[in-house]
Amino acid sequence: MATEFNVPDTAAKTAKAASQEFETEKMSLAMGPSHPSTHGVLRLQLELDGETVTHCDPVLGYLHRGDEKIAENMTYNQFVPYTDRLDYLAPLANNAAYAAAVEKLANLEVPARVQAIRVITSEMARVSSHLMGLGAYGIDVGAWSVFLYSFTEREKLYTLFEELTGARFTTSYSRIGGVARDVPEGWTDRVLAFCDQFPPILDEILKLLTRNKIFMDRTVDVGVITAKDAVAYGLSGPNLRGSGVKSDLRKDRPYWGYDQYEFEVPVGSKGDCYDRYLCRGEEMKQSIRIIRQAIAKFPAGDYYAKDAVRIFAPKKDKVLTSMEELINNFMIVTEGPQMPAGEVYFEAENPKGTLGFFIVSKGGGVPWRLKIRGPSFCNLSILPKVCQDELVSDVVSILGSLDFVMGECDR
Amino acid sequence: MSFKTVERKPLSFAERTYVPQILGGLKTTFKKMVKPNETLEYPEARPTIPPGYRGVPTLVKDPNGREKCVSCQLCEFVCPPKAIRIKPGEIPADDPTAHVEKAPQEFDIDMLRCIYCGLCQEVCPEEAIWLQNVFSLSGYTREEMVNNKAKLYELGGTLPDDHYKWDKKKAAEEAGNGGH
Ligand code: SF4
Ligand code: SF4
Repeated sequence: MATEFNVPDTAAKTAKAASQEFETEKMSLAMGPSHPSTHGVLRLQLELDGETVTHCDPVLGYLHRGDEKIAENMTYNQFVPYTDRLDYLAPLANNAAYAAAVEKLANLEVPARVQAIRVITSEMARVSSHLMGLGAYGIDVGAWSVFLYSFTEREKLYTLFEELTGARFTTSYSRIGGVARDVPEGWTDRVLAFCDQFPPILDEILKLLTRNKIFMDRTVDVGVITAKDAVAYGLSGPNLRGSGVKSDLRKDRPYWGYDQYEFEVPVGSKGDCYDRYLCRGEEMKQSIRIIRQAIAKFPAGDYYAKDAVRIFAPKKDKVLTSMEELINNFMIVTEGPQMPAGEVYFEAENPKGTLGFFIVSKGGGVPWRLKIRGPSFCNLSILPKVCQDELVSDVVSILGSLDFVMGECDR
Repeated sequence: MSFKTVERKPLSFAERTYVPQILGGLKTTFKKMVKPNETLEYPEARPTIPPGYRGVPTLVKDPNGREKCVSCQLCEFVCPPKAIRIKPGEIPADDPTAHVEKAPQEFDIDMLRCIYCGLCQEVCPEEAIWLQNVFSLSGYTREEMVNNKAKLYELGGTLPDDHYKWDKKKAAEEAGNGGH
């Protein structure tokens, strides 16, 4: 017999009453892997009692490409393009996190300019990722126009990425010990111009949702995750903070000089879908704050670590004119940046949560093992728990609020 | 405090009627209606491509028409998805650039594999391979999507050269102090 549970609203109550009146059979429903609201190739194997979910089983692996195995077969720099394809909505943040992990292995200090570039690009990636998440969430719960407006803003960011890295989407911008190329002339001014025009538009976009009754009906008190559960299931990022847990790696274990910037980390109070949405909205505003500060004291200097002779490939004009540097170039490319043996773990606060790289090195230019902790994977692990006893239509709302991306979930 | 709790206010009565939202939404819509378009009518209108864009990889010649690639195969080695295939060849002895010794006999880039990462350009010691501004390409067959040497040079054209290192080397050799 059906167990007692809290039913969210009257519609559900009627449905439940009806299902108790008639003898019903449980139905199993496969949502995905090509369902528009599963944001990629995720399959949810649902067991339904009428409209109510009695069991939810996420089926993963449709996008598995074996990234970790691929990493064992190529040099550290060659793997950078593959990190684009983890969380493909924030490739710049992945590139930087990966490079920082390898630098930790090499015990390599990167110049202040590189750190500032990484902070700026990671925060821009956060804004673009949240804009996408917000727009898609709007569509999930029935608000189309939010997507159009947030996408327009995201395109502006992509134009800036394109100018910086040469590609809009797959940026491949980091290198071990630096970045692929220096910031173009006047680029920081254009970023500042974006920072000036963006906040009013963001407010306008958020205004379409935050006080919207329909949106609130779909999100408030839906998919509540308690702080205890959030920690127990290893959630991270806005999903963890939405539940009120005060944890952000940029504050707890500052890297790339995050401690010199002033910013606040939003946390939720209830842990429902609405809280997670509010946190993302506020995070974008804080990111803009960080970008402004980072540009205000943008350090001059090199965009690569100078002393890393066997790690960073020599400058192009040297390769073209000096035999020694030419040989060095060949060595670094063919053998890979030379790393000491050892094990490191580095994690960075990415838009979707904590992206971690665990590298086991036996020395040389190729990792012996590289393990990726994809935040989306851990964030999805809580689905069976939150979807329990929710309505089918709320599953869509919960999925959207978790804002995952299958690229890093399946790796 | 470095953490702050996001504010959640319950809806007022007016907001619960949904009227303010409709009006607010309409305001946004009308504002956007009179604004200029954000979209481009591609392909009639083309986006501006910034310098340094990573488009289709191409091979280039120097201003004297010498093919710059010396078929060292470094790009073939570094290419993460293994899109490049090179068959090295000798430059015939009667060629004016014979002192360069090598040039590719065949050079194929499989554009179905290429991920436009730009590593080939980054490692090339001759500045011979460049990702330029062609960003859209299509074909009906797999074979069509493999750019061969002729196609690569056709796409690449000529780029300025800052060094002319081979010309300098030849001049030095002729002056009698080349040597190895
Ligand atoms: S394009 Fe450059 S890297 Fe590739 S074979 Fe030719 S010279 Fe070598
Ligand atoms: S751009 Fe990258 S994938 Fe394409 S040919 Fe060059 S190295 Fe290979």
